[in-house]
Amino acid sequence: MNISIKRFLSSEGVANFASSLMAIIIGLLVGLLILLVSNPRQALNGFGAILFGGFTDMKNLGQVFYFATPIILTGLSVGFANKAGQFNIGASGQFIVGAFAAVYVGVKWTFLPGALHWGVALIMAMLAGALWGLIPGILKAFYNVNVVISCIMMNYIGMYLVNVLVTNTVFDSLKNQSQRVASTAVIPKMGLDNIFRAGNSPSSVNAGIFIAIIAGIIIYIIVEKTQFGFELKACGLNPDASKYAGINSHRTIIISMMIAGALSGLGGALLYLAGSGKSIEVLDVLAPEGFNGIPVALLGQGNPIGIIFAGIFVAYLTVGGFNMQLFNFVPQVTEIIIAVIIYFSAFALLFKDFIRSHYAKDEDKLTKTRPVSQGSLGGDK
Amino acid sequence: MDYIIEMCNITKKFPGVIANDDVTLRLKKGEIHALLGENGAGKSTLMSILFGMYQPDQGVIKKNGEVVKINDPNDANRLGIGMVHQHFKLVQNFTVLENIILGVETTKHGMLKMDEARARVLELSERYGLRVDPDALIEDITVSMQQRVEILKMLYRSNEILIFDEPTAVLTPQEIEELMKIMKGLVSEGKSILFITHKLNEIKAVADRCTVLRKGKCIGTVDVASVSKEELSEMMVGRKVDLIVEKENKEPGKVIFEVENLTVKDRATGKNVVNNVSLNVRAGEIVCIAGVDGNGQSELVYALTGLITPDDGKIRLNGNDITKASIRQRNIGGIGHIPEDRQRYGLVLDYNLAYNLVLQSYFTPRFQKHGFLKYSEIYKYADELIDKFDIRSGQGARTITRSMSGGNQQKAIIAREIDRDPDLLIAVQPTRGLDVGAIEYIYKKLIAERNKGRGILLVSLELDEVMNVSDRILVIYEGEIVAELDPKTTTVQELGLYMAGSKRGIVA
Repeated sequence: MNISIKRFLSSEGVANFASSLMAIIIGLLVGLLILLVSNPRQALNGFGAILFGGFTDMKNLGQVFYFATPIILTGLSVGFANKAGQFNIGASGQFIVGAFAAVYVGVKWTFLPGALHWGVALIMAMLAGALWGLIPGILKAFYNVNVVISCIMMNYIGMYLVNVLVTNTVFDSLKNQSQRVASTAVIPKMGLDNIFRAGNSPSSVNAGIFIAIIAGIIIYIIVEKTQFGFELKACGLNPDASKYAGINSHRTIIISMMIAGALSGLGGALLYLAGSGKSIEVLDVLAPEGFNGIPVALLGQGNPIGIIFAGIFVAYLTVGGFNMQLFNFVPQVTEIIIAVIIYFSAFALLFKDFIRSHYAKDEDKLTKTRPVSQGSLGGDK
Repeated sequence: MDYIIEMCNITKKFPGVIANDDVTLRLKKGEIHALLGENGAGKSTLMSILFGMYQPDQGVIKKNGEVVKINDPNDANRLGIGMVHQHFKLVQNFTVLENIILGVETTKHGMLKMDEARARVLELSERYGLRVDPDALIEDITVSMQQRVEILKMLYRSNEILIFDEPTAVLTPQEIEELMKIMKGLVSEGKSILFITHKLNEIKAVADRCTVLRKGKCIGTVDVASVSKEELSEMMVGRKVDLIVEKENKEPGKVIFEVENLTVKDRATGKNVVNNVSLNVRAGEIVCIAGVDGNGQSELVYALTGLITPDDGKIRLNGNDITKASIRQRNIGGIGHIPEDRQRYGLVLDYNLAYNLVLQSYFTPRFQKHGFLKYSEIYKYADELIDKFDIRSGQGARTITRSMSGGNQQKAIIAREIDRDPDLLIAVQPTRGLDVGAIEYIYKKLIAERNKGRGILLVSLELDEVMNVSDRILVIYEGEIVAELDPKTTTVQELGLYMAGSKRGIVA
């Protein structure tokens, strides 16, 4: 391989993209292996379904965007908090309290006219999510409580609280879930249902996907272009130096956790206001969309624009997975395959190091050995 | 005379640098052999190879004329090679004795046989004049005592080749003298010593021969007795350097910075780490806080710059009380701070150079509008500073700071802090770990600022620096200012006595 190609391959952006791609391919291959073990005869058909299922018709493609919407937002939530050095594992709790706030407004506040209704529902969801992010943020900033621990607790508090609140306020006791929201609270379709449909059967896609993408772009601008983003990244990369530079790290951590929470809450609202008939079920299960945000953020390598694509990709696998059931695969197998791929996506960073060192090796021996100035003997430091 | 250790034609490459380029080092039995070089000259790499921590790309190591392969420090130990690291490798809450036998414990049926070990340690400490209390905990004893424990560790393992990695950096002048005696004693008992340093005085004092490295290359091995310090320095740097600073006399102006009865308590022990410190800095003078590392200098500076809150006392800048002001208020109010640990506090290493250069000013109207950063303005400013302060880096303003050399990282911090035009510049060990060329540069910058009428509070551990650069010396010992001295009338010996706490003067 000639030098210029190698240099190209070892550059930052390419390494990011190639490593995500590698993670995906290896994940898919391991997935195929599992299919071969569980049902050798149908393995290839099933694999085809998961690979191309999202493209089989316009309805499935619409479903991809529908499933992508909430996990893009939880992915942004995790990725954004990570920029400030915080691991927001509480997206699940923020997601569900946001969902409840939206559903509550959707069911009860019917006095709001038209577009204002769903708009207010989204805002209330973001506020609820922000509150759920604010608490771990305050605990971290002022009492140095590990965000992971407080977030996990907030997840359970959020889940059980929502169960109680749903049962007491907007309960549909026949179905053991929340009532349907008013039609004015449903996110508009903006004609997407006419494009993404198979015959008479429209997909559940709606304007939520646009909101998710716009959220991604806004987060990108905040992180890359603003003073706050500068402070946020400084806090994440070197808390001591940011303190030295007079950055108010308490404020930065709290605000970033609030924004992260608001994003997750918005994700919850967009899912339950999608008009797909989905309601909050009273179950003792943490919202999986929150946890799916973590691999989405990893696969997107923290880049808000990357997260948008990562979310769409994971949703694509989910839709493909449904199609696998046509070939007699039980849903559990489908979930294992998706989990494996997502699991490998977490290795994206590992692959990144590998790609960079591998292609840079001949050129200037970029090995993992630390340079002399950082030698463990440290004689010169 | 036979060589006990020979490192022949050693070459070691790292990404982008050749750390050792065909270096040959021969250690005679029973000599003190100094290894001299600037930072990044490859001294540490060479010793790491000898100690088995790196493998050379080319070249061989011979012991008593036979080629040996050293794969890890255990191999080195087996060959009788021991090392006192610059940062001691001791277990803080173990006793001296436990630390010495750690890893080579003698046992009977799985039980430690401490009595034998104790007898042997006492015998060794007697023979080499290394006084230690075998039952004291490491955390309770002084740095020089800890160093003796490290030396005893090597002797206990019957090492014959002893490597000392910059052993004097943490010691007072008196302790250094004692260490020199110990080293001579070790050699007279038949040990051979490799002594890594960049201090010429020490080489002249103890070493028999000296090998000089520059930029990874071996410049030569000389008999110390036959060369002058100036010649050694020229071999090391490759040009003549003059560290005697040219400084015109200047009458200091009005007081710009006052500290009154400042006290900082240690959060864990409740002890006063900074004890009732009062001082002032006037315009156009360099006030130096001299002291051995760990006597409260760091905490004092943290309190002055707002990184920690003092428990008692007042701080005034230009007459305004800033005791309770935030870090940002102090920064804007006229304090520049060159921090002690440049990588931990001074820089966001994963930011590029331009971002680091505006780390204290990104929020000013010049660099942001309505909360959005003006990148073109930031890069323009960065290029100006890079030009003005001669900061060298691979890709200019867009270089990731982590990849820059220590000297240039420090220049970046100095550029940022000086260019903000602070009334008071607090510089903490600004030359630590830098080579002679960079040190010269930093002295010139500090003196230029002084001549412009700024106040400078310099915290330093280097005696030469204290004596040459400052206009007034305050000696700090165990958190207290124990003396105020005039560098023109004080001797290094006297300064050393104050720093070691064995003498006290009138408190300013």
